[in-house]
Amino acid sequence: MDRKQCCVKLSVQPSRGLMDEKFIVLVQNALPGSQLTIRALHQCEDGHSWEAFGHYTADTTGTINEDPSIHGTYSGVEQMGLLWSLRPIPGSKPGLRMRKKNIQTPMEVTVSVYQGHQTEGFADLVPLSGVVVERWYMAPGVRRIPVTEGGLTATLFLPSGPGPFPGLLDLWGGGGQLVEYRAALLASHGFASMAIDYLTSKFTMKTGKMVDNQYFETAYRVLQQHPQVCGSKIAMIGLSFGTSMTLKMAIYSEVIKLSAAVCISGSHVQPVEGSVEEIMGFFQKNAGKTRFNEKNEVIWRDLLLPISTDPSLKADVGRLQCPLLLVVGEDDQNWPAQESALDIKEMMARAGNSHLLTVLSYPNAGHLIEPPYTPHARSSTFKTVEIQEKVMCLWGGQTVEHFRAQEDAWKKILVFLRENLYGGRKPTSFSHL
Amino acid sequence: MTQVVPPILSVTPSRALVDEKFKVLVENLPPGCPVTVRSLHHSEDKDDWEAYGHYVSDHSGVVSVSEDLSYGGTYTGKEPMGLLWSMRPVPGSRPGLRLRKMNVCTPMLVTVSVHSGHEGFRDQAPLASVLTERWYMAPGIRRININEQGVQGTLFIPPGPGPFPGLLDMWGGGGGLLESRAALLASHGYVSLALDYLGFDQESENLEFKYFETAFNIIKDHPQVMPDRVGIFGLSLGSLVAVTLAAYSTIVKPCCIVCISCNHYYPARGSTVTSKFEGVTRQLSKARVNEDNQVIWKDVALEFITDPSNIAEVGRINCPTLLVNGCDDQNWPTVETAEDVARLMREAGKEHLLSRLAYPDTGHLIEPPFSPHFRATTFVMRSSKEKVILLWGGQTKPHSDAQEDSWRKILSFLQFHLYCSPNLKAKI
Repeated sequence: MDRKQCCVKLSVQPSRGLMDEKFIVLVQNALPGSQLTIRALHQCEDGHSWEAFGHYTADTTGTINEDPSIHGTYSGVEQMGLLWSLRPIPGSKPGLRMRKKNIQTPMEVTVSVYQGHQTEGFADLVPLSGVVVERWYMAPGVRRIPVTEGGLTATLFLPSGPGPFPGLLDLWGGGGQLVEYRAALLASHGFASMAIDYLTSKFTMKTGKMVDNQYFETAYRVLQQHPQVCGSKIAMIGLSFGTSMTLKMAIYSEVIKLSAAVCISGSHVQPVEGSVEEIMGFFQKNAGKTRFNEKNEVIWRDLLLPISTDPSLKADVGRLQCPLLLVVGEDDQNWPAQESALDIKEMMARAGNSHLLTVLSYPNAGHLIEPPYTPHARSSTFKTVEIQEKVMCLWGGQTVEHFRAQEDAWKKILVFLRENLYGGRKPTSFSHL
Repeated sequence: MTQVVPPILSVTPSRALVDEKFKVLVENLPPGCPVTVRSLHHSEDKDDWEAYGHYVSDHSGVVSVSEDLSYGGTYTGKEPMGLLWSMRPVPGSRPGLRLRKMNVCTPMLVTVSVHSGHEGFRDQAPLASVLTERWYMAPGIRRININEQGVQGTLFIPPGPGPFPGLLDMWGGGGGLLESRAALLASHGYVSLALDYLGFDQESENLEFKYFETAFNIIKDHPQVMPDRVGIFGLSLGSLVAVTLAAYSTIVKPCCIVCISCNHYYPARGSTVTSKFEGVTRQLSKARVNEDNQVIWKDVALEFITDPSNIAEVGRINCPTLLVNGCDDQNWPTVETAEDVARLMREAGKEHLLSRLAYPDTGHLIEPPFSPHFRATTFVMRSSKEKVILLWGGQTKPHSDAQEDSWRKILSFLQFHLYCSPNLKAKI
């Protein structure tokens, strides 16, 4: 049927949600059996446009609800497909990655429904209906507090309420910068979370020197001494290079006493006596093992392979005294997370502390295992603090499996943190995620 | 450095429209622990409103407001939304308060907290609290000030290409411009004009409807509105405008009308609604005052409407009409009015156009769901500027149930008449 339909009703519930909350997209009042396209459009902070779409057929009541997408940027029954399958619109520059810098405003997504099964040229089509959806990293009442005490470049996010709250130190990887979104989201789930810039801090930018290990201990102290933080319940979460620092602090620091550690897409291979600078230097030494795929994308996973047998080159996980959750993407092309996880498992089995270890390993997931419902980047332009030029870095992962890994891992990370920081009762309030 | 592990409180969703439900959950309590869950709102008028329920955690240390019974407080029983609809001014507040959000561009902020114990729960600091946002405007709604052709109001346009059905939205004799319902209706897909009319419709006698017809046409002529799908939504005095426009106007033809706490008192054709209202309120100075010094207009008003020459000829209405009223309305004889409207429409062969919802123990101010019930509030008399306390009526729980039930049915009525395609309509 080609006749234009009027009064098709589209709703997305909730219209304002947290970034990790699910929504329900409902189309009503369409012509029964009509072909429709549901599309999401988002313009990110860098000005690039991202889109996702699914092709549907309205049922006999003219409704689309929990139905399969036949074709599009996602297919099958995918409640959140309009978000996780977002990709840059045709003609965009290559190597884009979506990351929100300003987490005090929501990500705005326009969701529209179009007549027919459309695949391109959406800008020239008039939709039948459209709504705007807001996705927030910060729940109402979460407070954002820049931290400069003790020379730190960090941001503390406090949950709403009197507290005290368990604390969390949040570390990202080799790209540096102060990345706030995960900490903001964790605060929205009740953890006083401090995102730390440890590679491009004001100190480093001013002096040209990397921070020393005391920098992390300072962060821990500042968090521990905060009147609204439960000082005996502090955990650390690190991704990529952040894993290296998390393990170092968890095992070797005299000051930092963690209740739990989460290590995503990282490795325990590092010179154990080393500072940030020395660890980076160690990786640089192995730069010769860099590989390139057929698209000339950079593969760095071999730099730490084979996993060393030299104990001075591996964080001694046998000495860990707190629960450790390892999250691994089996298609990680940037770090040898899977091989490292296997070695960690063996080391802990030998030392007798494997009861502390949980490994989540995901086939076909890549390196960037982030909170769910944002697009997957199999590769993107990347600049580490060591090599000052931009390269096209291969992260790995296949979109669908990577999304499922993010969704599953995030839920499990929240449960792990809840159990270890809040006490062992089984949580029920994550069921909407 | 504190050692105690606090309970975990969550409100889901943390940001919602005012007519959406939420789930309030407390976890990580000791088992069998008595707690009080409380809501607190600091209004635009700087008053504090609160509600609270007394609960006991289960064996896993959980209190679920959606599932568990409240043993006491401002509401009892299984009431998922009791923390909102049972709100009332905190002890020590000024009397006769009414809660109205004037700025709909910002959300209503409610702090939900959990406290130890039942009696005396206020004596200690809360164990946990979270902030939740309640919005009148969905994301993407555009709010436009209207000041054209003499008409004053605010237009709300849903996001998307349209075209949309339209609604002319009017409140009652309290005056001022209340945007909340129009914003909410826009969030449900209707281009809605909240109309400021008291004092504005000063037209000459033979143009009594001109102000409202002009307003209606502003909606109808809007490029994003379907011209044959514009309805009228009125409460109290606003419903008088709705029925008289539907019955008498030769200029506008509403697609359907919704009348809450309907008023069909029409003593003098030709004079403006404002002057009619001022006349009525002068006559109402004879109204009874009860032992709490609250003014009851209903009985005096009942005398006005017994004279058939003072009644709008509602038999002339030619569009679907929904009447919603409370059976404990102390402000206007809406029960008798609804009966009378039904009789007149039946006699005119228009019965098939009429639907009625009448709610027991419900008062005059039937508003969108989860807003607090006001049995009596301060009212400034328009002509004399005298402040009185008007009795609206209703008991909180049944009134709140009526608000929730009627809103759902009103939306369904509007969807059917303004959104349904002609194909579907023909089948039913």
